[in-house]
Amino acid sequence: MSDGSTLLPLIASLPFLGALVPGIMIRAGRNACATFTAVPTILALVLLGLMAPAVLRGETLQAEIMWLPQLGLSVSFFLDGLGLLFAGMILGVGLLITLYARFYLSGDDPMGQFYTYLLLFQGAMLGIVISDNILLLLIFWELTSLSSFLLIGYWKHLPEGRQGARMALAVTGAGGLAMIGGMLILGNIVGSYNLTDILAQGDAIRASEWYMPALILILLGAFTKSAQFPFHFWLPHAMAAPTPVSAYLHSATMVKAGVFLLARMWPVLSGTPEWFYIVATVGLITMVLGAVIALFKDDLKALLAFSTVSHLGLLTMLLGFGTEKAAIAAVFHIINHLTFKAALFMTAGIVDHETHTRDIKRLGGLAKLMPITAVIGTITALSMAGIAPFNGFISKEKMLEEAVHTVWWENPWLVPAVATLGAVFSVAYSLRFIFHVFGGPVRDDYPSKPHDPPFGLWAAPALLTVLVVGIGVMPFLAEPIVNIAATAVTGQETNAYLKLWHGLTPALYLSIVAVVGGIVLLLLHRPLDRAWLAAPRPEAKAIFDALYAALARLSHGLTDGLHNGAISRYLAIFVTATVVMGYFAFTSGTLSPPSRDLLPIPAVAAVGWLLLIVATGLVVINHRNRFRALILIGIIGLMVSGGFVYLSAPDLALTQISVETVTIMLLLLALYFLPKDTPKESSTGLRLRDGAIAVTAGAGVAGLAMTFLMRDFSSISDFHLANSYTGGGGTNVVNVILVDFRGYDTYGEIIVLGIAGLTIFALMESLLRGPAGARLKAQPVPPDRSRDRHPLMMVVATRAMLPIAVMVGIYIFLRGHNQPGGGFVAGLVISIALLMQYMASGFAWTQSRQRIEYHSMIGWGALIAGLTGVGAWLGGAPFLTSIYGYIKLPMIEKFGLGSAFAFDLGVFLTVLGAVMLMLYSLSRIARYAGETVNVEPMDYDPSLRVTDSKQEET
Amino acid sequence: MEIVVASSVGVLTAGGVYLILRLRAFPVILGLALLSYAVNVFLFATGRLAINAPPVLQLYSEATYSDPLPQALVLTAIVISFGMTAVLVMVALGAYLEADHDEINMDSPNTDEDMSNKETGA
Repeated sequence: MSDGSTLLPLIASLPFLGALVPGIMIRAGRNACATFTAVPTILALVLLGLMAPAVLRGETLQAEIMWLPQLGLSVSFFLDGLGLLFAGMILGVGLLITLYARFYLSGDDPMGQFYTYLLLFQGAMLGIVISDNILLLLIFWELTSLSSFLLIGYWKHLPEGRQGARMALAVTGAGGLAMIGGMLILGNIVGSYNLTDILAQGDAIRASEWYMPALILILLGAFTKSAQFPFHFWLPHAMAAPTPVSAYLHSATMVKAGVFLLARMWPVLSGTPEWFYIVATVGLITMVLGAVIALFKDDLKALLAFSTVSHLGLLTMLLGFGTEKAAIAAVFHIINHLTFKAALFMTAGIVDHETHTRDIKRLGGLAKLMPITAVIGTITALSMAGIAPFNGFISKEKMLEEAVHTVWWENPWLVPAVATLGAVFSVAYSLRFIFHVFGGPVRDDYPSKPHDPPFGLWAAPALLTVLVVGIGVMPFLAEPIVNIAATAVTGQETNAYLKLWHGLTPALYLSIVAVVGGIVLLLLHRPLDRAWLAAPRPEAKAIFDALYAALARLSHGLTDGLHNGAISRYLAIFVTATVVMGYFAFTSGTLSPPSRDLLPIPAVAAVGWLLLIVATGLVVINHRNRFRALILIGIIGLMVSGGFVYLSAPDLALTQISVETVTIMLLLLALYFLPKDTPKESSTGLRLRDGAIAVTAGAGVAGLAMTFLMRDFSSISDFHLANSYTGGGGTNVVNVILVDFRGYDTYGEIIVLGIAGLTIFALMESLLRGPAGARLKAQPVPPDRSRDRHPLMMVVATRAMLPIAVMVGIYIFLRGHNQPGGGFVAGLVISIALLMQYMASGFAWTQSRQRIEYHSMIGWGALIAGLTGVGAWLGGAPFLTSIYGYIKLPMIEKFGLGSAFAFDLGVFLTVLGAVMLMLYSLSRIARYAGETVNVEPMDYDPSLRVTDSKQEET
Repeated sequence: MEIVVASSVGVLTAGGVYLILRLRAFPVILGLALLSYAVNVFLFATGRLAINAPPVLQLYSEATYSDPLPQALVLTAIVISFGMTAVLVMVALGAYLEADHDEINMDSPNTDEDMSNKETGA
């Protein structure tokens, strides 16, 4: 195997793929489920084993897949010594946990769910340790928070489980957010988000003025994850999780993620006084504090949890020392802590499983009842205490050795003294674990009669115990992996001489002090415990809960204050903010002097302007009388159309006037069902405020318009004018832009219009089926309704006008490419012609004569326009490239025809269909509101009267 | 002429803004209609004003033309604003028929009354 790097993405994805399996396999039974959970882990381990020789030779394997290169985000993985060590631990312990959980979980627990969460977590964790891109690492980092949330809260019925899960998520999630900031700063300093690039730029990063913020933010992430003081409190609460979870997440893997990150970033961030004083001090405090609290915990798992906090503090402190030897000690202790702590958690789980209690005060004398468990527990606890010949002893010696050489603020004895104090408590709680659980006389009041569990349950901790003893007696076996991992941490060749016996060193004396002190403390445990319980202590959970509640109150207050459901308020804020920003932009920019002369104002324009201003003012003043306001709006629309005519925009004028017509019809239809008046409810103050906002906004817009109307600037319009005929085959440049130059925009717009039509149809459909439909039916018919609703004159007139109006529409459509007109206007004109029929003869009569569904008209329109665009592909041109040619048909003159014609046909059909569908949908309400269904074209048909009288005569 | 156009845009905007700040759906729709006029004329005016110069090419004689690009943009904007108005009218109508009032704010006294009525009714 020359290069196994291509396997890296596969390894990373195996647990995620495997996570799909347990949920399915649980149907085949619990054994099958556990077996299939183990398969992806075993596969990943095998793949890792294939790559291990290369890494142990000192190579770094890399694999990169581009993801979002614009953001500097790629799916890239790399495997060096540190990654190999952690990946091996994650997968190896994961396998043992899978086995242990199979026997630990009771029949009532949904095992498939458990294994799915476990594999998700394993995948996230694996991703962290082999990511070569810090953005990718952050994604996996957050994934561990999420998946551990699921695992801690696995026993959903327990309130402690839910609260513990929430607390863990809040603390580690908040730290993760801080870390994102820190990582982005690092990426900015280096100019790359690739970890290998960042690791090579240590000097630049340490010299940067952004070093301190980046350091603090990243440390926040690492410290919260690894439960360092003052964020240590979440870890004991997370112990509400099932014991396999505690053993996996809270001893071996997740809490080590913070330590891993410190180790990973060690070459870049360490070596400065800031690093030493923050990291080493926090680690030291955490180590001692965790050890002291652990001694006074009666819950087995709480004891182990605080012991974990303490050991994580130890690791943090070692990395904080910033020396190569300390880094070696840290790497070695990571391995040792994993072996004894995972085994201890499993032992605690076995004790809990067998005796149904984890309270140390109710236990004791288990050595005689559960000899195998007792042996496992004793050996691993002795290793935790740091007693020879177990592996914990060697790493603790190394730690004390480093502590002796550390000077804190010109004080050579402070660190060794405090570290030894931590070791004293460490020995004390470890011995308490042994003597108060397994030692002493056999009791007769266990909640359940204990005996050794089946092999499956003790196999995993037993295997770890073998490692504890093996590494302790033959430490050189661990040397290669420790060396390669420490080389990866420090960035230079390291040589760890791991020996059980180092001779009579200061560290050995301190160790002896620790053991003796620990024994004394244990003997004094009873009075000390009483004093501890009597002393006032800050309760972390209460502080956390109070903080949490305060934050929730703050965000409630903010949300309710800003987002109170009053859209008027949002709009007022929005308009004001826009005006203020516009003002700042206007005053801070530069403006060239006016370059255009003012055009003269002819009398007709002045009259139109006056009408528009007066009508707008009247709309505002009269808006409570809704019908009157609507009529006035019509005047404004007419004046705007007239303005377009005068100012050389015939196409706009045509469109505006036809849209105006359908808009007024639409609003009239709606107004029929809405209240006819708006009540007077806003206070004078509110109206004055709104008036001030409105006048300011209007003045701003007017000023802006005036400013650019007075100045020349170049645009791309000249290109359109020059190429319209030669390139687009039409002389009406506006239409050529619509169907050719900017055809893609137009295509999008007709689709939007079609969607709007369908939306209205769907809304009406559901509205009429709901309570509103029933309410409409119950509405009384207004007494002042016209008796002649389909008047003879109107019916006859619209009938005569229909063919004329349709002909005008077709004419406007056909001439559109060369003269003002086109698909948009033609569609509107024909829809008005059809609407007149609805108005004259009523809904049912017209509807029964309709042959083409409006829905399909929209569909055909969009389809024709789209196919025209696709047609260009056949000629090898991009989407919507138009072609143009001359066609000679018999009988008529030669005429030009382009593909744009077909596109415009699509526009025409869509506009017609959408407008008709909208108005048709609205008019459907009328039928529900007691409208009589008319089958005759008019209410009073004189021709029938004539035939009637003739019949009477005969 | 420029003053005529600019002041018209200003007045239409002011009227539109005032109306969209009202408390009922119908004035808000009217306000949006006024704002649509204002925005369309404003966009059209970015091409500057020209008289007797429609952007229809004179193939056999020299001529000046007004800016066609804003016109094309505004043409579709007019049609789209109709579609938007129609959807809005539909929503307002639906809200009125369901709730029996056409207020747009959730915190107005009538809405609260409705809710408390529902609670006591249930």
